[in-house]
Amino acid sequence: MQVTVSVNGEEHTRDVEPRMLLVHFLRDELGMTGTHWGCDTSNCGTCVVLMDGEPVKSCTLLAATAAGHEVTTVEGLEVDGQLDPVQQGFTEMHGLQCGFCTPGMMLTARALLNRNPNPSDEEIREAISGQICRCTGYATIVRSIRWAAEHPAPAQQSSEEVTA
Amino acid sequence: MQVPAPFEYERATSVDHALALLQQLGPEARLLAGGYSLLPMMKLRLAAPEYLIDIDALAAELGYIREAVDRVHIGAMTRHRELLESELLASRLPIFTDAERVIADPVVRNRGTIGGALCQADPAEDLSAVCAAVGAQMLIRGPGGERTVTMQEFHRGPYETAVGPEEILIEVVVPLRSDSGSAYEKVERRVGDWAVAAAGAAVTLSGGTIERVGIALAAVGAGVTSSEAEQALTGKTPSDESLSEAARIAAENCSPATDQRGSAEYKRHAAGVLTERALRRAVARALGEEA
Repeated sequence: MQVTVSVNGEEHTRDVEPRMLLVHFLRDELGMTGTHWGCDTSNCGTCVVLMDGEPVKSCTLLAATAAGHEVTTVEGLEVDGQLDPVQQGFTEMHGLQCGFCTPGMMLTARALLNRNPNPSDEEIREAISGQICRCTGYATIVRSIRWAAEHPAPAQQSSEEVTA
Repeated sequence: MQVPAPFEYERATSVDHALALLQQLGPEARLLAGGYSLLPMMKLRLAAPEYLIDIDALAAELGYIREAVDRVHIGAMTRHRELLESELLASRLPIFTDAERVIADPVVRNRGTIGGALCQADPAEDLSAVCAAVGAQMLIRGPGGERTVTMQEFHRGPYETAVGPEEILIEVVVPLRSDSGSAYEKVERRVGDWAVAAAGAAVTLSGGTIERVGIALAAVGAGVTSSEAEQALTGKTPSDESLSEAARIAAENCSPATDQRGSAEYKRHAAGVLTERALRRAVARALGEEA
């Protein structure tokens, strides 16, 4: 079947089987391997992408279901060569070790900060509780997200001021 | 790599459209709601429907929590996250809030739906016990119109419900009662896991005695509700002794199985402790002593 998915603002159409999962559509059809494929059982969360701005596990979502929704992957975080504050935070605060969980962690962090620009450490921990870091680097991941909260991108700052 | 067996895919755009597709495609068609119950089963090839009718687009039509005078209507496509964040449920039916806090994780809760969970009817699933304890009714629509069933009628056994091949669960109707409290208690191996054992309790007080009580256990092979324990408590004064005795009866009348989550003896013990805790909190909430 023809499936058209909007990924990072760009529409991609592919002829795929209905049973194709979004994670494989992104990696194998579009070559966007930033989305990692881990446990395959919706436990580990490394395959998390945003769908309409909210984190979902792309190993447990059909590509066909994603049609008509806006998908954001880790490749979509950086805009015009400017890292998302979450990406910068992971750099500044050593938020990654092996890096396998990192794309999912950063996308969940972005969704959290969009909804709650100044989360407590407890709220950050709750938000990433569906994702596993097998390096057990959670403390630095929390610090990275906190850094991002404290250093919003200029555009985000101004839009908040306008809203306020 | 876990991939579902091949199937034909249809997208429903309304409840009527989904009903028409179910009629047209026959009993080998399954509805796909949030996907977090059915897709894992399909990836393990425990389920292999010939046709999948994706009802993702029905989230707007069937995603709601509405308060009426004496009841709350919860649309079948209401997502776990919406149940968790509902102030109405937190204040009037906190058993839902208790359970949602310990169902899977925030990302899964973004997609999973109450209707999907109830219709999958996994024996360790939490919302079936929640709905049974509060005496919820299930509104089902089919080609012949709508019908309403109790949880006793709805829940036919593991992975089996009263929803026929041409029918859709539309909403869950939960009665609102005054002087009432409810609570849910669960033990899991790790955060977000399925229950080792869990217990839900809903209590309505009248003049210092228990007028109505619902007790329902999850994951321990109990009935839809623990009717022997409910009978033992109805009409009694809620005391340490009466609540503890009801919990003992509930534990005695379930039949847990030994598996990787624990031995039958451990689960039975946990079921008793959790039932007692749920009853205590439900009573405390009914008396306004606990939020």
